Amino acid sequence: MSSSALTKPQMRGLLAKRLRMHLVRAIIVSLGVATFYKFGVAEPRKKAYADFYRNYDSMKDFEEMRKAGIFQSTK
Amino acid sequence: MFFRAAWSLVLRRRRLGMRGIHSPGDTAHSQGKMTPYTGYHAQRSYPMPDEPFCTELNAEQRALKEKEKGSWAQLSHAEKVALYRLQFNETFAEMNRRSNEWKTVMGGVFFFCGFTALLIWWQRVYVFPEKPVTLTDEWKAKQLQRILDMKGNPVQGLASRWDYEKKEWKK
Repeated sequence: MSSSALTKPQMRGLLAKRLRMHLVRAIIVSLGVATFYKFGVAEPRKKAYADFYRNYDSMKDFEEMRKAGIFQSTK
Repeated sequence: MFFRAAWSLVLRRRRLGMRGIHSPGDTAHSQGKMTPYTGYHAQRSYPMPDEPFCTELNAEQRALKEKEKGSWAQLSHAEKVALYRLQFNETFAEMNRRSNEWKTVMGGVFFFCGFTALLIWWQRVYVFPEKPVTLTDEWKAKQLQRILDMKGNPVQGLASRWDYEKKEWKK
């Protein structure tokens, strides 16, 4: 029927192969996303808060707000 | 064989428009009725139904079906293909062929999006009432100034982008 014999295709273990490949990819992607979030978002945010509050004077802040006239309880 | 192939190509192209029309003298595809009036319902998710494609067989085809009951090694290539065509309308390759339908779909979607945009524009001109006072530019400016005075989100948000000494946005 066919002039040259075709190679026999993979008959077994197709789902297992697919699952293993997708499992590996999913783990890598998840770890990558988590690492990116930690070092791209979480650490800068922690640093921003630390920097803000290192030399923060709450009374000075309050006086500025009071002078701007936003409070109802005091002028 | 080639005549049948050419004719089946014609039939497939004009599948929906040519119910029951066939020239006298062709063989496997002149079954009179076409889907969905036959019992043959094949689709991509259910590609091999129980009913064969051609149920009304002429004498030559019946002889071939009798021969099929014997050993398949004695069938020639052309006979095997003929038996396949009796049983199934299209091969997998034919069934899975691409089409240009997506262009029509996308064109229709964009056209109706554009039409909707025209309707909404008309609505805005002729139907919508005046904007409330809180959406005027003066009110929005005073609102923003108040938020900056209250130092809203001073760490990473809005007030952190405002320079309180120079009274302008930080570069």
